[in-house]
Amino acid sequence: MSERDSRRSGSPEPVRTRLEALSQWQYDLVLIASVVLVTYTGFALIGLLGGVGINSIVGFLRTVTFYAAVYALVVLALNLHWGYTGLFNIGVAGFMAVGVYTMAFITASPDSTPAGLGLPIPIGIIGGMVAAGLVGLVAALPALRVRADYFAIVTLGLSEIIRLALLSGSLRTIEVGDRVYGTGGGSGIQYPPVDTIIPWLLDQPIISVIGDVLFEVGATVGIQRSVILGGLYTLVLLVFVGLFYLLLSRIGNSPYGRILKAIREDELAAKSLGKDTDRAKVTAFVVGCSLMGLAGMLWMGSRSFVSPDSFMPIIPFYIFVALIVGGAGSNTGSIIGGFAFAAFLWEGPRFVRSILNANLNLRSPPTIYDAFVELAAGDLTPLVGYLVGSLDELRFVLVGVVLILLMLWRPDGLLGHRKEIAAATDLSRRRPTTDRPTASDGGETDE
Amino acid sequence: MSTGTERGRFANVSLQDIIGWVLLAVIGLLILDLLRQVIVGDLPLGRLWAFTWNGIVDSLYIGLAAIGLSMTYSILRFANFSHGDLITTGAFTGWTAAYLVGGIGIAELSSRLLLRADGGAQPGDVGMDVVSAPLAIVLGLIVAAVLTILVALAIDRLVYRKLRDASGIALLIASVGVALALRYIIALFYTTDTRGVVASSPQWEMPAFFPMETINLHEATLVISALSLIIGVHLLLQYTKLGKSMRAMSDNKDLALITGIPTERVIFATWVIGAGLAGVAGYLIVLDRGQVTINLGWFLLLLIFAAVILGGIGSIYGALAGSLVIGLTINLSLVWIPADLNEIAAFTLMILVLIFRPDGLFKGVKTA
Repeated sequence: MSERDSRRSGSPEPVRTRLEALSQWQYDLVLIASVVLVTYTGFALIGLLGGVGINSIVGFLRTVTFYAAVYALVVLALNLHWGYTGLFNIGVAGFMAVGVYTMAFITASPDSTPAGLGLPIPIGIIGGMVAAGLVGLVAALPALRVRADYFAIVTLGLSEIIRLALLSGSLRTIEVGDRVYGTGGGSGIQYPPVDTIIPWLLDQPIISVIGDVLFEVGATVGIQRSVILGGLYTLVLLVFVGLFYLLLSRIGNSPYGRILKAIREDELAAKSLGKDTDRAKVTAFVVGCSLMGLAGMLWMGSRSFVSPDSFMPIIPFYIFVALIVGGAGSNTGSIIGGFAFAAFLWEGPRFVRSILNANLNLRSPPTIYDAFVELAAGDLTPLVGYLVGSLDELRFVLVGVVLILLMLWRPDGLLGHRKEIAAATDLSRRRPTTDRPTASDGGETDE
Repeated sequence: MSTGTERGRFANVSLQDIIGWVLLAVIGLLILDLLRQVIVGDLPLGRLWAFTWNGIVDSLYIGLAAIGLSMTYSILRFANFSHGDLITTGAFTGWTAAYLVGGIGIAELSSRLLLRADGGAQPGDVGMDVVSAPLAIVLGLIVAAVLTILVALAIDRLVYRKLRDASGIALLIASVGVALALRYIIALFYTTDTRGVVASSPQWEMPAFFPMETINLHEATLVISALSLIIGVHLLLQYTKLGKSMRAMSDNKDLALITGIPTERVIFATWVIGAGLAGVAGYLIVLDRGQVTINLGWFLLLLIFAAVILGGIGSIYGALAGSLVIGLTINLSLVWIPADLNEIAAFTLMILVLIFRPDGLFKGVKTA
């Protein structure tokens, strides 16, 4: 009891009781929404104080939302692999590449080089998901045969094989009949961007009215048309995040999901109970890969071409940072992790840089040596200017340091201490006094 | 139920066997084809020798790095993803020292300190080759080893020591964080530009009985340094008490603890040897290739992992054998495939061997 009391004492009693009355998903929704709102208000305030125009602030918030959404998508898919099943897949980029390239091949115009099939975008998306899933299946057969630490390196090897093959000059052009197909090598494939679906939607009879209203409102407040179009595409992404969340929560709470969690905790025990763990692992791997393919296609959605440079082997580690920030094994945590990564580690520093550049008259010396020379002469601004100028590097340092600190202090992430109930009925609710502290951590937040 | 599992197990074994036989058959066919090409004259002997020589050079620097990776794997029990960036650390620190000494009076201090980050002082003007500046090059080699060791020990003190009891995967994730932070701290100082820092290598004419006419002195330096270090590590592990403790600890950590082996001292030695070799490897790679970039170690890391896994993680001789296989694969495969597919051949070989022999060619240590 005392433990419970001490945990409760943090927040006002009425709010706490009302929150506890909510069911799990409502509580999660409130949690995500409040984190997002607090962050946005913070950024907007900083922006307004820093003298940034409303168009830039809205544009920035849209960018953050976009990256938060795409990261959340990939992180949710990875959560099925690592969080639920315990498969340490660091070849995420490879499966994304397969999805995006397949879609590019299906949707690209037959007249361009390299040529595509010229089919509509939805067919391309389905094709991409199927292809990513199939490659996942092919990959799973050897990968699942080896032990956990080799598995990681095999998946990374596979993703590099895929990237290098796409980059290679020998697959750049393949002539079939009078058309030239192929991967395009380093310059990639041109294809219609996925987000062209938004203007198409706005041309439809009823939706066009909504579009006109939005553009009018935007024009009066001072938000450009392109920002609104981008915002609508981001909205589509958010819908996909919701769908992913529902699907993965459904999987996680199903009997099949319990097998996955059992594999994560102790595969031998699960096997001893007669569960076909190999089959469960392969299925989870294929479903996850297919979702990664979809996430990749949506991620590259506003680009009109795809090239191997988008799938460098470092990408999976960003996804892992986001997953670990949120807490592996928790879908809500995955979304918050994706958001936190996009807002604070990825886009936040750039926002701060633009404010600094606008307000301070910083000049960046050519090398850090010059900065130190001027520092020795008593002038601090060149060093600050240099650091602001090399913000891209500093951002990676920040990501690395956050990852280290998380592993040192909070290896379970922000929400990783939550235990999802494995049984179909929550047995712990019946005996609140004895089991509560361990089993029903579900609704508590210590943050 | 039991029949089902029996059937499953037999299916496993047979699939592995099939893949193993197919792999052996393919390798056999390739060797026969190689002989045919040489006999028919499609492949001049000189070219075959060049491929083999490049394969040996590659396998030596991969091997230097692989020893360290394999040691941290077996003694600290995790896949160290920051090992590649220790290689990068060695490359930058070592060449900075070489420039500081070798470039006195020729280049400005800023260009020497930051390895031409400002684009000044061409390597040829500074005379950065083993004949013009032998002292600077040797000093750089030593500094590369020492500073990389210090960096690795500092990282161990700050990060890995606090995670001694954590799982292998937790350590792996932390090591990714270390890798990113280390690489981009280097980038903060040296910038992300790829640049040449070594002058073109002097060539020596060889006596007639050698298979090649001239020898690249930088490659020769690499081969001699790497071979002597590998022999040194072998002697250290086989004939000293420290080596015995290290082998005992990689074999069975708990048993080593019970027998009173000072684990922290062994771990210290592991970092000293592993990081020192990685730093030297980085320095020598730059000597051979002439260019330095912050992604040097990171791009090599997967090949090094492939070598370590092929040999079976935890076995240093296995890691060396694996390096030889990887080095020869990425070069000899050029007989049949274009140059931009050779790493694919190496990674495919790694995956196929893992199916055929899940513990590597030599038996490895289980970590995660």
